[in-house]
Amino acid sequence: MFTSRKNVEDFTGPRERSDLGFITFDITADLENIFDWNVKQLFLYLSAEYSTKNNALNQVVLWDKIVLRGDNPKLLLKDMKTKYFFFDDGNGLKGNRNVTLTLSWNVVPNAGILPLVTGSGHVSVPFPDTYEITKSY
Amino acid sequence: MVRAGAAGTPLPASGLDIFGDLRKMNKRQLYYQVLNFAMIVSSALMIWKGLIVLTGSESPIVVVLRDNGDIKFLTKGDNNEVDDRGLYKEGQNWLEKKDVVGRARGFLPYVGMVTIIMNDYPKFKYALLAVMGAYVLLKRES
Repeated sequence: MFTSRKNVEDFTGPRERSDLGFITFDITADLENIFDWNVKQLFLYLSAEYSTKNNALNQVVLWDKIVLRGDNPKLLLKDMKTKYFFFDDGNGLKGNRNVTLTLSWNVVPNAGILPLVTGSGHVSVPFPDTYEITKSY
Repeated sequence: MVRAGAAGTPLPASGLDIFGDLRKMNKRQLYYQVLNFAMIVSSALMIWKGLIVLTGSESPIVVVLRDNGDIKFLTKGDNNEVDDRGLYKEGQNWLEKKDVVGRARGFLPYVGMVTIIMNDYPKFKYALLAVMGAYVLLKRES
């Protein structure tokens, strides 16, 4: 896991500079036991959860993947970049030691209830105290 | 059995009475069935209105979100890579709880086809209503 951070103007949102986090990660997962005859697909997503001065709880989806029944249920993903920008609503990533990543998934049925499961355990990704000046990503 | 009377003489009272009774019975039964039908329809309407009052919502058969305090959502469509801010109101950057209409809890595939058919082919809707009405009116209390 590797993190770094920039402070960047988020053009899609309010015109203030917000923290933008960069995370590289690996995922190893065996999803075979989740699939059964009524599971059409899984919607997996990786989210970062943390507290800041502005917001008591932030939950940001960084990456997601759809795994269809029949796809290889064993995931071995290395050096993944986040799919979505990890913008904070403010400047709360700088020096934040308590950012945790959790993996969750929707079990999409052919018919019936749509459960949302959060994987137990989480990984902590402390952010550095300084900004990166430039980064090619 | 009909007894022919000679011209000028009235038919025996019993024959007329039977017809009269039958006519009265059918009318009464008919009114009873109409009232039954009306009761079913009004009960359904009352339950619906009661739910509207109870939930304080115009369409009460939806998921009710619990109050979680101030929450801001940033949403994204599932078939593109950008967030939905381009679709929000002018100057709006976040969604609040009141902007969220509902949340998917499950799937019942193809059940919606009944509604779709009734919308696309109104004759089907009327036919279905007619059949349901006829059934209620014509079924006999055994």
